[in-house]
Amino acid sequence: MELFAVILVDGLIYGAWLFIVSVGLTLVFGVLNILNLAHGSLYAVGAYTTASAVGAYFAFGGDGFPIGSYAVMIIAAVLVAIVIGPLLERGLLRHFYGRDEVLAVLVTYGVFLILEDVMKLIWGVDPYFVYQPYDLLGSVEVGPLYYVSYDFLVIAVAIIVGLLVWFVINRTRQGKVVLAVIHDREMSQAMGVNVDRVFMAAFAAGVFLAALGGALTAPMISVSPGISVNVIILAFAVVIIGGLGSIEGAAIGAVVVGVARAASVHLLPEAELFIIYLVMAAVLVFRPEGLFQKTQARKI
Amino acid sequence: MTLLRSVPAASALAFAALVLAGFVLPDWAMFLVTMAFAKGLVALGIVGLMRGGLVSFGQGLYFCIGAYVSGLMANWTGITDIFLLSLLGVLAAGAIGTIFGPLLANYRGIFFAMLSLSLSMILYGALSKMTTLGGTDGLNVAAPTFLGYAPEGRPLGLALYLYTSAIVVLVGGLMRGLFNSQRGLIALAIRDNELRIEYLGASVRTAMAINYVIAAVLGGLGGVISGLAIGHVDPEFSFWTTSGEFVFVAILSGYLSIPAVFVGSILLEVVRSFSNLYFPNTWQLALGIFLLLVIVLLPRGLGSLTLRRRKAKEQA
Repeated sequence: MELFAVILVDGLIYGAWLFIVSVGLTLVFGVLNILNLAHGSLYAVGAYTTASAVGAYFAFGGDGFPIGSYAVMIIAAVLVAIVIGPLLERGLLRHFYGRDEVLAVLVTYGVFLILEDVMKLIWGVDPYFVYQPYDLLGSVEVGPLYYVSYDFLVIAVAIIVGLLVWFVINRTRQGKVVLAVIHDREMSQAMGVNVDRVFMAAFAAGVFLAALGGALTAPMISVSPGISVNVIILAFAVVIIGGLGSIEGAAIGAVVVGVARAASVHLLPEAELFIIYLVMAAVLVFRPEGLFQKTQARKI
Repeated sequence: MTLLRSVPAASALAFAALVLAGFVLPDWAMFLVTMAFAKGLVALGIVGLMRGGLVSFGQGLYFCIGAYVSGLMANWTGITDIFLLSLLGVLAAGAIGTIFGPLLANYRGIFFAMLSLSLSMILYGALSKMTTLGGTDGLNVAAPTFLGYAPEGRPLGLALYLYTSAIVVLVGGLMRGLFNSQRGLIALAIRDNELRIEYLGASVRTAMAINYVIAAVLGGLGGVISGLAIGHVDPEFSFWTTSGEFVFVAILSGYLSIPAVFVGSILLEVVRSFSNLYFPNTWQLALGIFLLLVIVLLPRGLGSLTLRRRKAKEQA
């Protein structure tokens, strides 16, 4: 019973983190119809930017007000989104709208390769450590175990992000416009929607969410080359399980994957590396389009 | 030029040219071409799938299976004969492909790509954890023998190169025959409109499954040769970035021409080797820019170049 609770808590923490890093991917796919392989790189850029920014914050007297480092993390993510989002979308991706999905995947694969090296050029290959925000909140006792409070902050952020994205899309005018564009690009353009701007905003939002994932993760890990490669595969699994383009699906998928991984870590450590793909394959066998995808009519 | 239209004649000519080249190429170039051909075989399998509108992002699975078969057989049973190893690799990859083929044949587009990717990542995860198979370090592969002939040094490189060339020419000719056959043309029609093909009485699922098994076999073959050429195999063979390169070669070449696949594969290896040499820290950057340039400038692949010229000639 105790083991069960531990698995559940671990799973929720991991699932929350997974949701944050993958929700941007599903958002971008939902709106732009592009599966962004560079999502993991954007996450890594967010992590690096945060590592530098938070490091600078504490180097220049942030010790007196350590909570401020959380604001610095968010600002770093926003910065990444503002700089990289429009650059990638306007400069490259917009040329591939409406073309073969797989071609677009390959384009983002190219972006992934480029960003990997650009990051090495900017930040070098030595790891960065910014542990301060992680230690700041101390730890809490859950039953017999101690958890770092920061982990629960991640859960809180995941819930806030999820609710916010859901609210913006379903309850605001801008969100309705986005839904209209998803439903019928040309018709919404004819009705006076600036589709270009919707795409740019959606992509920038996706980049922000990726970078936010990186920003939140930076204090928990040593930020070093290679962190992007694994994240993208995890995010893919989550998004495919949930159904491409579905926010609710990403949430469910993240929790399922999180709990499955936690269970595997505690019960069958050998399977930890591939339990996620196993879950994904199992889900796809029964729900070919993912959990939350409406089946579409075939063209004749 | 009519001679070149006949597949056996063109194959024989291509093989003769490759053999001649083998005696003048320096060692490094021979290794590069051998590797490019081995990977080109895998990409050719993807091209076969692409004709039907599917792209597998997980051919690393079969590439890895082939490579591990050659490595494990040499280590466990002492079999080093390249013909036998190729056969075993092909059988292993084909068997796995036959299991997954009918299952994957239900999926299209991005789901097919991602599901195949997840299969290759399961193998990656499993191999990384299996210490008996070397874990993430992988294992060394003994040098191959050729029906009792056991060369070393340059002759070994040359023998591998010639073996690979022969396989490439043979497989290329067979695939051209397949592409021109009824079954191959059905694949092209599926790409255009799947439902119409079903109404015309052909089974889309069967066609897809067969293409998938062929791609698996070619992946295994490429893996065996790569494993033997490098002399070492590790789980990276099954990693998604490896599969990404195969897809890149397939897209770079397009589905119009078979030689283009191997030219594209050589081009990628050359770009990679030289950027590795001249920009050791930023070779991925160079590769990425190259990839984007190709996609933007040649949206239908290298193969479209010759087709364009042929069309222009026919119109003139």
